[in-house]
Amino acid sequence: MGLFRARTRTDESRFFRLGVGSVAFLTIAVVVGIALVMVQESRLSIQKFGWSFWRTTRWDPVAGEFGALPFLWGTLFSSFLALLLATPIALGIAVFLSELAPFRWRRPLVFLTELLAAIPSVVYGMWGIFVLVPFVRALQLHTPAWLAATPFFKGPPLGIGLLAASLVLAVMVIPFSASVAREILKSVPFTQREAAYALGATRWEAIRMALYYGRTGIMGAIMLGLGRALGETIAVTMVIGNNPQISLSLYAPQYTMASVIANEFTEAADNLYLNALVEIGLVLLIVTVLINALSRLLIWRMSRVRTATPQPAASPVAAGA
Amino acid sequence: MSSVRLLRRKITSHAFVGFCALAVAAALAPLGFILFFLLSRGLSSLDFAFFTQMPKPVGEAGGGMANAMVGTLILIGMASVLGVPVGVLSGIYLSEYRRAPLSSAVRFCADVLNGVPSIVIGIFAYSLAVLPFKRFSAFAGSLALGVMMIPIILRTTEELLALVPATLREGSMALGATRAGTVFRVILPAALPGILTGCLVALARIAGETAPLLFTSLNNRYWSTRLDQPMASLTVQVYTYAQSPYEDWHRQAWAGATVLIFSVLVFSILSRWATRRLERMHLP
Repeated sequence: MGLFRARTRTDESRFFRLGVGSVAFLTIAVVVGIALVMVQESRLSIQKFGWSFWRTTRWDPVAGEFGALPFLWGTLFSSFLALLLATPIALGIAVFLSELAPFRWRRPLVFLTELLAAIPSVVYGMWGIFVLVPFVRALQLHTPAWLAATPFFKGPPLGIGLLAASLVLAVMVIPFSASVAREILKSVPFTQREAAYALGATRWEAIRMALYYGRTGIMGAIMLGLGRALGETIAVTMVIGNNPQISLSLYAPQYTMASVIANEFTEAADNLYLNALVEIGLVLLIVTVLINALSRLLIWRMSRVRTATPQPAASPVAAGA
Repeated sequence: MSSVRLLRRKITSHAFVGFCALAVAAALAPLGFILFFLLSRGLSSLDFAFFTQMPKPVGEAGGGMANAMVGTLILIGMASVLGVPVGVLSGIYLSEYRRAPLSSAVRFCADVLNGVPSIVIGIFAYSLAVLPFKRFSAFAGSLALGVMMIPIILRTTEELLALVPATLREGSMALGATRAGTVFRVILPAALPGILTGCLVALARIAGETAPLLFTSLNNRYWSTRLDQPMASLTVQVYTYAQSPYEDWHRQAWAGATVLIFSVLVFSILSRWATRRLERMHLP
């Protein structure tokens, strides 16, 4: 064991630090590498189209015309709708599991909700195709006429489309937001709630105090969900209909940034086409990294507030898992 | 305070409690649906042929996903060859040199990498391992998966190494061991279940990934164990079959999904077991 028998302890210690440190440096290299590769591989498209790439709507690879606005629209629309559906449910779960549920139920319920995060996205996609899409189609057939006349609900009853995608996304996002929100609620000092109850507050009023106290962290939890939703590929691709159009309708087949990459990357015959797809990936990368950073910042600020108040030490495993 | 107002407050409160319980039910309903479909459609389609046979040509019923299952095993095995050593050694660095400038940079990058959409990592692996050789390959697919493993293993290793009692380290140092000796002979063995946890969590995550494989390892209808050739994987196969118009392929897609879920579950449950073991070893 040469490593353990170095000439001096200082030598060896330096050697160890250098060796392990250079492996650790690989992570930084990978992140920088991803950024460089994405810029390098999309430069043709960036040079040729500039900003108009994100302002035009025609996506015609055969004619060499690339406008990515429909994908940006589809990604933002589906993610925000998913968040709108997921946020109240995720918060409800967080509150129920940290404040309301009988203690005996908590562990199994936490396990089950976290199981949702473990299901592979291709399985969510299958569930979407075979269960959710027929459900949305039925919903569409029963949409009252006055509602179907509005721009939000018009279109033929296909089933596949934005609503199906948002529903799948919502389910996929819920476990992530809920588990962070639960940690945040746990970190709210117990004295807050005791004080509220002592003043005669009802449960809702006391929990509202706790939610308000943890608002920064809860925003972080929602942002974390947004980051997940924006980057999700497979499940969305399977149910959104993959049609590049900008429509307000929840029933219309649309397209997202991640889906167009998944569908067309292997078909991209010429360099410009490939570069256009990588540019979409580059913007997706930038947006998700920014959203994730914002989310971390919010959660981190919350945990700093927490350390200012005395708390019993929690097990690091419980906090990390 | 008037009793009407009190009543209203109480009703609001009860309605809120009801809403929260409903929220849990709303989230568990899809889980129940998915498990129900897997049990009713997937389990019945799981036969001997599914595990032993190759995919049949379009239009012929029967056949299995033997090549895809072996492909997935090879892909995640190769990914571990990259992800486990890099993740574990980086985790060791982070826990040994907590306050070093490099540590905070690595931690930050690991968090960034964890949030990068998997499809983007697919593009990265494509540019690195497909473009230069002008060929889709299993190697490119495992590169993408391996990169995804790194941040998960790194953070759990760091967190769980912190659980090893300081007295162990102090004892080792007091007996004259060097830093490297202490880490590799005392701390690492003591934290082994924790490191195993990190690896299992990472495996559970990448075993179900489809997006990074779509244009790296692609798919293969034939038996292939060559790393420089396209390779079938369970996820891509399920993805393709589920979107096909054929009833028999749907049946096989459900069967494949069942195998996927089952393996992900096994990884998750094993990781929980390992964590609990570690807790019992080191916590009072």
